Amino acid sequence: MKKILINFAHPAKGRSNINAQFRAAVENIEGVTINDLYANYPDFLIDVAREQTLCESHDVIIFQHPFYWYSTPAIVKEWLDLVLEHGWAYGKTGTALKGKWCFQAISAGGDATTYRVEGANQFTIAELTSPMRATANLCLMDWLPPFAVMGVHRGLPAAQVTGHAEDYRRLIIAIRDGVLDKEKAQQAEFLNANIDDIMLKA
Amino acid sequence: MEYFLLQLFIFLAASAIAVPVAKRLGLGSVLGYLIAGMIIGPFGVSLIGDVEVVMHLTEFGVVMMLFLVGLELRPSMLWQMRTPILGMGGMQVVLSSIVMAAIALWALPWQQALAVGLILSLSSTAIVLQTLKEKALMNTAPGRSVFSVLLFQDLAVIPMLAFMPLLATLSLGDDGHHGSVLFDINTLPAYLQVIATLLAVVGILILGRYASRPIFRAIAATGVREIFVAAALALVVGISLLMTVVGLSPALGTFLAGVVLADSEYRHELESDIEPFKGLLLGVFFISIGASLNFSLIGDNVALITALTAGLIVIKWLILVITGKLFKVAKKDRALFAVALAQGGEFAFVLFQFAKVNGVLGAETVEPLISAVAISMFLTPLMFMAYEKLAISKDDTQLNAREDDPIDHSGHEVILAGFGRLGTDLGRFLISAGVKPVIIDHDSTNVDVLRKLGYEVYYGDITRLDLLEAAGAKEAKLLVITIGDIEKSTTLIELVRKHYPHLKIVVNADDRQASFKLMELNIDHIRRETFGSALALGQDALQQLGVDPYEAYRLARIFRKKDEEMMPELYKWHCEEEHYISHYQQKHAELEALMTRDFDNDELDKAWTAKNPTL
Repeated sequence: MKKILINFAHPAKGRSNINAQFRAAVENIEGVTINDLYANYPDFLIDVAREQTLCESHDVIIFQHPFYWYSTPAIVKEWLDLVLEHGWAYGKTGTALKGKWCFQAISAGGDATTYRVEGANQFTIAELTSPMRATANLCLMDWLPPFAVMGVHRGLPAAQVTGHAEDYRRLIIAIRDGVLDKEKAQQAEFLNANIDDIMLKA
Repeated sequence: MEYFLLQLFIFLAASAIAVPVAKRLGLGSVLGYLIAGMIIGPFGVSLIGDVEVVMHLTEFGVVMMLFLVGLELRPSMLWQMRTPILGMGGMQVVLSSIVMAAIALWALPWQQALAVGLILSLSSTAIVLQTLKEKALMNTAPGRSVFSVLLFQDLAVIPMLAFMPLLATLSLGDDGHHGSVLFDINTLPAYLQVIATLLAVVGILILGRYASRPIFRAIAATGVREIFVAAALALVVGISLLMTVVGLSPALGTFLAGVVLADSEYRHELESDIEPFKGLLLGVFFISIGASLNFSLIGDNVALITALTAGLIVIKWLILVITGKLFKVAKKDRALFAVALAQGGEFAFVLFQFAKVNGVLGAETVEPLISAVAISMFLTPLMFMAYEKLAISKDDTQLNAREDDPIDHSGHEVILAGFGRLGTDLGRFLISAGVKPVIIDHDSTNVDVLRKLGYEVYYGDITRLDLLEAAGAKEAKLLVITIGDIEKSTTLIELVRKHYPHLKIVVNADDRQASFKLMELNIDHIRRETFGSALALGQDALQQLGVDPYEAYRLARIFRKKDEEMMPELYKWHCEEEHYISHYQQKHAELEALMTRDFDNDELDKAWTAKNPTL
């Protein structure tokens, strides 16, 4: 059984719908730890030792957050800056994260069609999330494509949101139970593009 | 009485005129005093009478000065300096004595030559230390070397006094020995003399180490300031008296007492109490040196006295350069070291007098030598100036070099006024951040406890200018005020603004009213004492009610920002209302304005919301 750490970052939870529902969908799964970064560190003074211990005691590290300005909320950047220390996360002796899985679970305002070369945002989600991919690479982690929900600004129908949340839950449980096909998943554009397709066949 | 007052007036008025003029001309206070003395002395306009008596009286200024110097030297520091004191000081005194005695042999029998050599080897503690302090050179490497040599010379005076009568070759007119007023130690057998002397020194150490603290605490507790001054003076005078009785140098005794008290929390208070007395006495002492310059004698023997003076300065200078070189005084510091000590000292006056009385030297020998010593002392401040001109044109980086001085750790940048509830945490915080403040508090019990815990806390009333000076306000960069009493804070700020305009000020205010008072003084960094805690508690309260921690945090921050932005507006309003409503009414009105003010949190509302805020 894989242990899963969800680093959750939302600066205005009171007004969050998608992320709140996603969080609720995975909150009480056995083996899943939710680490609410803004609640734990409202003044951004991140407890590096605590965060590193958390990472060490889990096999999968997920960053779940809204996709602000093609990137993460500020505290995730702060987290990366402080927690991923040389000699721990990277460098000659930095192997603490080696072989752990890592991906982002994001909600983006624009439609999927806007995240294309010819679209309004000009870049694909894969391109825009490449810094996180490079980070995972440097830290010797196994990177997976993001779990992405798009078109949020248009206002998604409630049923659709529930469906996404259910997908998220399925995915997390599959990872926990070791039934996700890592190689196949790494080929996909999004983890939630076709969940059935990336499961290990019995 | 009238005569005394007249004399007093002449001395004080002469100082008050001469010193500012001298300082304005960049000559330093010592030269100012000396010139004033020459003018009012018997060879000038002859305003003052018995110069010698005045000189002897005011020699006490030197004693006080050494007490103050001792206060700034911790025993550990003194121990560190043992090599320069014994080595450099010893070498300078021995070499100078031998060389000058050898030269004097041409004119005098060996006993007299030796006496002259010994006496002339001494330098002027009073002038040199005063000048070093004025030029802020005391805590530099050359300053320490100079001080070491001076200290050894002060020690050397004692055996010289003992040794001098053995050199007597002249017949004495009458018994020059005058017994002590209190008690003549010479009537005791030799071993008892030694014991008495040792007892006196040990007594001073014990008094300083153990007895002084409870005594000063009790006195401080009375809160009557002049009693503390009296006690401080009594301490210095008492020790001098004791030292004189057992035949030791009073300067040395008080220096010792100063060193022992250097660790005491009353150090700054003692310093500021003794300082003005020392300053005045030394000033008058310098005046009397100026006045004692015998111009008619000098006029009659211009060539001889010029030669003596020049010889004295050149020989001492050469030997100092050699000493400095042997003891590895840095090359750039050697010039200052040599210039500082190349003069005769005030002890020479005492010793020449003593030698004359004991039949060692004749008046015809002593008179020109005394003149030469006095002139060399007069030239010292001028030589300092010449040195500075040369050194600065030669080496502009001298200031940088000074910073590396390994002994000087005394430079505190921050003065923390008040060490109560607020000051304690603030002090702990600053110390943890590597900023070591000089802490001053007026509660002597408080001070005791904190010192026990290892804090550097001093007892004293910070609103006194002299205490500020002693705490290093001149060198400090920042004053942190955590006094609850706003009246006191404003007094302190006004004082600091006037005398130390370079000091940055950070201050706490009890409440909003106090803030307004501080705003009147144009203080930029005001913190209301309880405001931070109020918001922190509010943040906790919101969180307990289930508000998201980050939102609670931001609400508190936004509130703080708005409140701070509102202060100038409230202040303006406060200034306008002040004139026609009572204090109580005003407070009431202000509270009402404060409580009904609409605090919208639109800042929070706009954050992270795009078209659809449900991301």
